[in-house]
Amino acid sequence: MAGWRLKPEGLCRGDRCVPFRSDDRSVDLAAAADALTMPLVHDEAHALWALGAEAGGRALKSAIAPELELPDFRGGSFRLSSLRGLKVLLVAWASW
Amino acid sequence: MWQELRAELRPQGLEIVTVALDARGAESAGPWIVKAAPEHPSLIDEAHVMDALFGVVNVPSGIWIDEDGIIVRPPEPAHPRRPEYLDRAVPPDASPAERERIELVRALHVEAERYVAALRDWASTARGHDSRYALPPDEVVRRSRPRPIDEATAAAHFALGQALHMRGAQAAAVEHFREAHRLQPTNWTYRRDAWSLAGRDRELVYHTSWVDEVKREGVENYYPLLRL
Repeated sequence: MAGWRLKPEGLCRGDRCVPFRSDDRSVDLAAAADALTMPLVHDEAHALWALGAEAGGRALKSAIAPELELPDFRGGSFRLSSLRGLKVLLVAWASW
Repeated sequence: MWQELRAELRPQGLEIVTVALDARGAESAGPWIVKAAPEHPSLIDEAHVMDALFGVVNVPSGIWIDEDGIIVRPPEPAHPRRPEYLDRAVPPDASPAERERIELVRALHVEAERYVAALRDWASTARGHDSRYALPPDEVVRRSRPRPIDEATAAAHFALGQALHMRGAQAAAVEHFREAHRLQPTNWTYRRDAWSLAGRDRELVYHTSWVDEVKREGVENYYPLLRL
């Protein structure tokens, strides 16, 4: 979920772990969102859920770049971590 | 836009990754990318995860990441060159509204030369963190945007709005886009992408305009001063 994985010490992403208990290895989305302080928004009519950003403090919780996994414009997959060893300028732009 | 700099700096060990914050994805961003024929990774970000992950609120924004995957500059305005639209003169027959819009655009703060000079300096250092423009980790975090609960929630509403729009549920999508705008009024990527989806009806649907919002937030805050 958004790069977080269930480990014995809790929900972890990279070096960071947030305490989270699961007795049967399953993760209740609402409980996990609460533990990660990520707002969970629901559109009932269309049965859609969306997780927001991690709340509190600053947008960047540390200087370690989060994993960014997005498709390229041809539909291929890309991971930011594949460029380790290079300096990277990540540019956000838009067509609108 | 970035191809020339990429060709110049890639031999020094710098890669450029462009990310299109376009709710309609490759349908709207694709033609621009094909025309530019980039050799660098050109990604599509329909739900604006760049905003949620890094604190991007406007385009163009640049983030520097060093060889070890450490962010050394958080999101900030990143213009490879001065855009021509900044210097557009007001036509003599311009309507008052058109005049106001053009004058507001001309007042936007853009520092392409300083930004590119800093980027070249960083690219030329043997190790990225040796450049005087590479910030220490605590400064990177401090300079990234505050993330109150409202702004964290806005990200979820934008993502839902985008998903609903793509499913053809336009009215429901607009409700979530409006909520994203209310919760994070200074996020221009949430505003402008939603407006673009509404087409010519944008001001009827959202009861506001780019001019109104820029005036309310202050034209000096649209592209903040570069703190190099």
